[in-house]
Order: sequence, then structure tokens, then C-alpha cells
Amino acid sequence: MALNFIRKFALISMMALTVSATASAQTLVFTAIPDEDETKLVERFKGIADYLSGELDVEVRYIPVKSYAAAISAFRNNQVQLAWFGGLSGVQARELVTGSEAIAQGVEDKAFYTHFIAHKNTGLDEMEELSDELRGKTFTFGSKGSTSGRLIPEYYIREAFDESPEEVFSRVGFSGNHTRTLRLVESGTYDVGAINFSVWDKEMENDNIDTDAVKVIWTTPSYPNYQWTIRGDVNERFGEGFSQRVQEALLAMDAPELLESFPRSGFIPVANDAYEPIRVVGKQIGIID
Amino acid sequence: MLSSPTVRTSLIFTAIALVGLVFADIAITAANPWKDLGRFFLGVVTPDFFSTQGLATALLRTVAFAFVGVALGSVCGFLLALVYRAYPVRIFCAFVRAIHELFWALIFLQFFGFHPLTGVLAIAIPYSGIFAKVYSEILEEADPEPGRLLPPGTGVISAFLYARIPDCWVQMRTYTAYRLECGLRSSAILGFVGLPTLGFYLESAFSQGHYSDAGAMLILFYVLIATLPLWVKPKLLPVYILGAPFFLGDGMPIVWGNVARFFTEDIVPSPLKNEEGWAGMGAWFGDLFINQALPGIWNTVILTQIALVATGIIALLAFPLISTHFGRPVRRTGGHVFLVIMRSTPEYILAYILLQLWGPSMLPAVVALALHNGGIIGHLIGRQSSSIILRPDAPTGVNRYTYELVPRVYRSFLAFLFYRWEIIMRETAILGILGIYTLGFYVDSAIQNIQFDKAMVLILITASLNIGVDILGRFIRKKLALQTMPTC
Repeated sequence: MALNFIRKFALISMMALTVSATASAQTLVFTAIPDEDETKLVERFKGIADYLSGELDVEVRYIPVKSYAAAISAFRNNQVQLAWFGGLSGVQARELVTGSEAIAQGVEDKAFYTHFIAHKNTGLDEMEELSDELRGKTFTFGSKGSTSGRLIPEYYIREAFDESPEEVFSRVGFSGNHTRTLRLVESGTYDVGAINFSVWDKEMENDNIDTDAVKVIWTTPSYPNYQWTIRGDVNERFGEGFSQRVQEALLAMDAPELLESFPRSGFIPVANDAYEPIRVVGKQIGIID
Repeated sequence: MLSSPTVRTSLIFTAIALVGLVFADIAITAANPWKDLGRFFLGVVTPDFFSTQGLATALLRTVAFAFVGVALGSVCGFLLALVYRAYPVRIFCAFVRAIHELFWALIFLQFFGFHPLTGVLAIAIPYSGIFAKVYSEILEEADPEPGRLLPPGTGVISAFLYARIPDCWVQMRTYTAYRLECGLRSSAILGFVGLPTLGFYLESAFSQGHYSDAGAMLILFYVLIATLPLWVKPKLLPVYILGAPFFLGDGMPIVWGNVARFFTEDIVPSPLKNEEGWAGMGAWFGDLFINQALPGIWNTVILTQIALVATGIIALLAFPLISTHFGRPVRRTGGHVFLVIMRSTPEYILAYILLQLWGPSMLPAVVALALHNGGIIGHLIGRQSSSIILRPDAPTGVNRYTYELVPRVYRSFLAFLFYRWEIIMRETAILGILGIYTLGFYVDSAIQNIQFDKAMVLILITASLNIGVDILGRFIRKKLALQTMPTC
């Protein structure tokens, strides 16, 4: 009897396996860098997956990943064909996959900012430029591979102090994502942190920030950030002009609930060379070889 | 007392740990650590079993990965054990088990991606090395007498199957079953790097402060481990092993070109790839060694030594909780539950929880390592102490503990501690992924920067460090004539 059970069971499982394997052959899979709380990301990108599959007439699936590097690797390994990258992760991904293209960025990503935020106990106030008051404080970046949470703030710290962050601050940490950075500085675990302005604004709007505990003390100059990047070989797989169709679908996205989830006011076309400044900074800091 | 070599060794190691404390970064940096801890415990006592979709699937995947990984590891380990006398095999096994499951997973993720094979191999490979070593030790200790009684001309295979295996069977079965429990822990933490096991959801729940969800997951995990003897029966084993591969999930298809690329391009040091020759190679390696490997090694060693001594202290304090020489059955049951929780929670998860609550420093890591490993050793020597028969007029209370029991179990206590030394170091290195500046931190940074050449060199350095500590631990155990059975 047990044997019969196993046989039946194996048969059903095999069928399940083959069905899913054939389904995935025509599925466009995309991912995104995990820059915020996972629940929010899953909610946001489930909506995007539904929207894109309606527009493109192919099955579209979102897979969540645990790190920026995992998003890049999945893109490079062709396990995902489309990704919502940050400035730096996009540059890294496109260097690894020849023919891949940045096709759309958010309206806000053309001029993106990073806020330096501080806990009230530090007594730090808004400053014109990064000053010596910051020395000896504890500091948290976001993720190691983040543009707004790591690359750009580190660049300006190095520029202001001519030293590495580890030398300027008494403790340097990597919170993992922007929401965590906010929570850690708000609770006083770190004195100061770097957070992207878009997450800050959204949390502010939703009344999720204890403004008595944490405030913005400095904001970086602007730089280009997030973008949708697609692999060059999608046209061979999904049909001629597919890449362009994806771009058009992204640019045409106007449903407020979809856009608000990013939050972006809309998407605009962009090309690879818009991210040249990011590549240069990445090379300078040694994140890009 | 100082003339006793075990006491001297203990004092030397305590002194090293105290010196280490001077250099270690021990602090609670969170502003409200106790409030958060309180919220966490509130979450554990008010678990929410239904909020996370896919929790049941995650548990199923955790079990499936553990079964497939451990089964594959034990088969490979058994085959390797047969040729374990060969020196290259020993080196190979020492090497594969010196690399932590999470590091293996991080490597395979780069070319298999989110395919079930990543998780299966991440468990099976290091476990093969461990199984090979332990099986070969068991086989070696088998009684040679039955073999001598066989008629001349008996084939090697028949002799092995009929004269050797029966004598070792029980021990091998016990060890393999025990290893399955370790496999469940390994499988759960693989979720932290993105595989679809329990860790995946635990990490999400924790990082967002959903403590009731996290509490539910932890409770289910403890129940899973505590009930292992109930649902893992020898008769059901074939069903589980044959069935498990079908529950790994389908993940993403493997692109084989990625595998070739990883080995021929990704891990080739960048100066060689860019044809900068051996001079460029020297500069590259020097920079890597001085700026990443050295600080990583320093922090790993300091943290390991402190955690080792803290583990010893916890174990000595904890073993009376389950010893029949103290307390009544009710309290002992409480002690058992406490120790089961301690040793069932992987260090990685404990450290992760404490880091979230107390803020980043070495403290959460020390406490996590000490609680988990102290729980394991406390359980083992507590059990052993129960088998000691004391004189009817033996002292009670503190005197019984200090003069009667501790001296009697001290040698096996030290044996376990030195056995776990290498395990503690391997875990210490991996905790770097959570943000403590041990070797794992630099490995993770290299991977985040897509510099796999650097990551591989750092992983090799970590493995060598583990092998070194393993050899040293064995040397000390031999010198003190301490014997032990393997733990994980």
C-alpha cells in the first residue's frame, strides 16, 4: 500500500514539475533590489506583474530576493530578464550582461537625493555641509550595494573629511534597507544614518516617522538613480520588439495606486549613459573594479 | 590544583578570553534594548500562526531540503569513509567541511541561482565531509574479530557487509539521525540568503518587527525538532527520502553556461583576467590580505575565544538543570525544555534576533554562540552526570555541585568544548554576514560588490583558519587524553 502511495505521489509530483517547467519557459520574470520592507515590495511588484502581463500578453512573475547582489546575479544568470535596479546595481548589472539596456526611470530618479538623518540626542542641527560635529558619532548606511544608502553618502563623507567612513565615525553599520535605517536612527541605535529622500518623504506622508526623535540634517546634491533594466536577449526569446513593448508599457503606466507604491509620479525614458556619473563614483570608491 | 593539566588549560583559555575582551567590541547600542526584547517575548507568547502566507510551505521546504541534503551527504560521506585512509581524501573532507553551509549556498547562488540544487548541495557537501570523518571513525573502531572468523576466500564486499557493518550499524544510524536534526537547522538558516525555507520568512518578519509572526515560526520550528523521534520512523524513512525531492519547489531553471562562466571567469583574480601579471597579482592579494583578511581573522579569533569560554560557563551553569542529582522532576522538565530551545535555535538565528534587539556589536554574537553551544554541551554532560552514582551521604547543594559532580564530568566537558571549538569558529565567521566584522562580513561585502574572486580567496582563508583550529583542538584533546563523541 505504501508503495502504491509513493507511486501515485511521485506521478503527481512529476506532473506538477513538468507543468511548471513549461509555464516558466514563456514567463517574463523580474525582480527588484530589496531596498524597503519586504511586505511593501511584494505588494508593489505583484501589482506591477499583473499590469505588465495584461499589457504584454505574456505571463509575468515577480521574485523577491534577499540582497542587491542576488538581484544582480539573477539578472546576470538570465533567471530574471527585467529588474528594478538602483543606480549602482544597474551599472553593475549592465556591465555584466552585454546588450542589456536601461529603459525607464522614475521622474524623480533624474535628480535623486540622499538625506543624512540624526537622532535628537545627538543635538545635531541642519548643516550647510558635512562638518566635524559628525566625528565620533555612530553611523549606518543602508545596504552595502545601495546607491542612495551607501555609494553616494560614502562619496560625500570621503569628500568632506578626506577619510574613510570607518575613520570618521566610531561605528559604521549596514542596516540592510532604508526602512531599517530610519527605524535604527529613530530608536537611537545609531546616531546618524543615510536614507533616500523618496522613502523618507513617503514615510513622512504616512505619518510613520517620530519627528521628535529624528530629523534631516543634510541633503546631498542630486544624482541619477533607480531604473528598469532589461536583458538584450529578450527579443529573441519573447519576439521581435519585445524590449520596446516593455518600455512602452512602463512609460504608459498611469494608475495612481501603482505609481504611488514606488512612489514615483511617472516613468520616463532613459539610456545607459545617464548613469556614467554613478559608474565613475563606484570606481573611485572601489565598489566597481 | 594548578598542577592538573586540565585546570591549567582552562585557566590559559580563560586568560586569553579576558585579554580578548579588552580588544572586543562589546556594547548594547540600542536605545531601548529591553523594550524591544519585551516586545519580542510578547510576540513569542502571542504567536500568530496564520498571518504569513506560505508558512506551511516554508516548513515543508525546510524539511525537504534537510532530508535531501542529509541523505545525499550521508551516501557520499559513506563512500568517502571507505577510502578515508587515503591522505588526499582526508584533506578533501577537512576542506569541504571547513566551509559553512551558508558560504556554500552563497557560492552556488552565483551560478545555479534560485534552483533547489543550490540548497541541496549547500547542505550535502559540508555534511559529506563530516559524515566521512565520523563514519570512518565508527568503522575503524568496529570489532575485527568477526572478520577473522570468516572462511578464507570470502570476498571483500561480503566481509564488509556481513562482518563489519552489523557491528557499526546502530552507531551509524544514531549519528545519522542526529545529523538530520542539524540538517533541519542548516536548512532553516539557508532562507536568510534567499532560499524558500523558514529563514526567509523569519528574516522578513523580524526586520519589520512582526514579532508575533516570528514567534509563531520559531515555535513551529521547535515543535518540528522536538517531535522528530515521533515522525521520523525507520519504516517511513524511504517514503520521506523518495518524496522529499518533490517538495523542494521548482525555483528557477539552471543555465549551465553560468556554471562554466563562474569557474573560468568570475573567480579568476581580476589582475590575471586583466593581464596585469604576477606583479599586479601581488598587489591585489596584499591589499586584500591587509585590509580585509587580517581584520577579519583578528575579529574572528577574538570573538571565537570569548564565545568558547562563555560557552563553557553556560554549559557548567546549565547542566544541573537536567541532572537527576538536583531538583525535582518538574523543575528538570523545565530545564529540558529550556535546553531544547537553546540547542534547537541555530546560532545564526539567535544572533540575528539579538542584533535586532541590542544593536550591532560582538555582544549579540557572543551571547548567541554561548547559549546555543552551552545548551548542547550542558545537555550532554547533564545527561552524563545523571548516570553518576553518589555515596548515600554525599553532600548536597553547592557542595555536591562543586566537589562531587563538576570534577567528575570536567574531563568530558572539556572534551566537548574543544570538539566544538572549530564549530564555534566556523559559526563566528559566518555571523559576519549579519554585520559583525568577522571574516563573513568581508566575504559578504565582496559578494555584494560582485567581486567573486575576492570572495573565494576570503572563503579559502576562512576554511584554512577552521582547519588550523580543528588540528589544534585535536592536539589539545590528545594531549589531555580527552575522548568524545561527535556533536554538531
